[in-house]
Amino acid sequence: MTIKATNICCSRGPRQVLQDVCFSLTSGDCLILRGPNGVGKSTLLRVLAGLSQQSSGTLELDHEEIAYSGHLDAVKFQLTVAENLSFWAGVYGTDTTAKVIAHFGLNDLADRYAANLSAGQKRRLGLARMTLSDRKIWLMDEPTTSLDAEHTGLIAQSISDHCAAGGIAVLSTHLDLDIPSAKTLDLVQFIPAKGTNTSIFLQGSF
Amino acid sequence: MLALFTRDLKLAFRSGGGFGLALAFFLIVVMFVPFGVGSDLTLLARIAPGILWIGALLACLLSLDRIFQLDHEDGTLDVLATSPLPLSGITAAKATAHWVTTGLPLTLAAIPLGYLLNLPEPAYIWLFASLAIGTPALSFIGAFGAAVTVGIKRGGLLLSLLVLPLYIPTLIFGAVSVTKSVDGLNPLPSLILLAGLTLFSVVLMPFASALALKANLN
Repeated sequence: MTIKATNICCSRGPRQVLQDVCFSLTSGDCLILRGPNGVGKSTLLRVLAGLSQQSSGTLELDHEEIAYSGHLDAVKFQLTVAENLSFWAGVYGTDTTAKVIAHFGLNDLADRYAANLSAGQKRRLGLARMTLSDRKIWLMDEPTTSLDAEHTGLIAQSISDHCAAGGIAVLSTHLDLDIPSAKTLDLVQFIPAKGTNTSIFLQGSF
Repeated sequence: MLALFTRDLKLAFRSGGGFGLALAFFLIVVMFVPFGVGSDLTLLARIAPGILWIGALLACLLSLDRIFQLDHEDGTLDVLATSPLPLSGITAAKATAHWVTTGLPLTLAAIPLGYLLNLPEPAYIWLFASLAIGTPALSFIGAFGAAVTVGIKRGGLLLSLLVLPLYIPTLIFGAVSVTKSVDGLNPLPSLILLAGLTLFSVVLMPFASALALKANLN
């Protein structure tokens, strides 16, 4: 299981945000993306997930092994916690719902409607989906948002366990997570030089 | 895909799911017609097939933007797109769920509403058949429209403008098959063409929708 990114350039709308991003990861690796707001962490994660296309460069990874968690929790308010998770278990074809509920401390909340959860509890429910998916590559966009210290630790532990079991994790965060195998990639170095215009429309006309 | 289908059904019946809205709208539109055109029974019987078909079509339109918009807003669509399900399968499951919660109840409700409009006796079976055969096309074509407009906030009106022209063939063959049965002619040819349209939509629209979704998620 590997991820290999070579000279990836990403655009958001007409503006190029990242240029020539290179990294390669193998089983057991965890990559933490860092950089100020707007540098392109989410954009890069969406490209890795296959939701967006890179404007150039090559990306080698197995899309069948991806579990993605974005800014939004993908939680349905009208369903209970258990219903939300068993839906995703159905989508991913796994049957570990009960185990995952216990692991993420959601036992007491299992029959509660997701509309009545706090922001942090919703986040936990969203992240429980990653474990549930039973997929090897985790792509997580700011997984620790609105989590308390205890559950931030729990998430860091889940990611460590996942990598120790041969998985790969790529995440963006502003916190220092306690993940032993983690490498850090500062995206500031990939900001393109000013004035780079990716639009070929009217290029060179003036 | 079954998980997605059953979840969509469950969501439709939960609070804010919108089940029954289309049905109530259909009821109101059809009940307004005698107020508007008067209580001339022969005139009502004459226009009943068209009114029932247009009413069902507009009622179906009402709930189309829910097919993808809600899942897009809470991030579910992004996760589904990276899940093992193919996008075309996701669209097919969601369009089928939309038909079960909208098209099927409309088809059943059309029978008593036909009675309200003095629809002649032999036409009921054809009204039922044409709606049962035609409404899946409305859901699948509508799902395509919903996929095209998914990224647009409050895109409901644009969705209606895009989808209504695509509904014209379904409306023509559906309404004509009922009208012919009223006139004592053979409604079967129009019904077969209607079935062809439905099969065409059910087979091809999921793929078109998948392409539209992919472009919109980018």
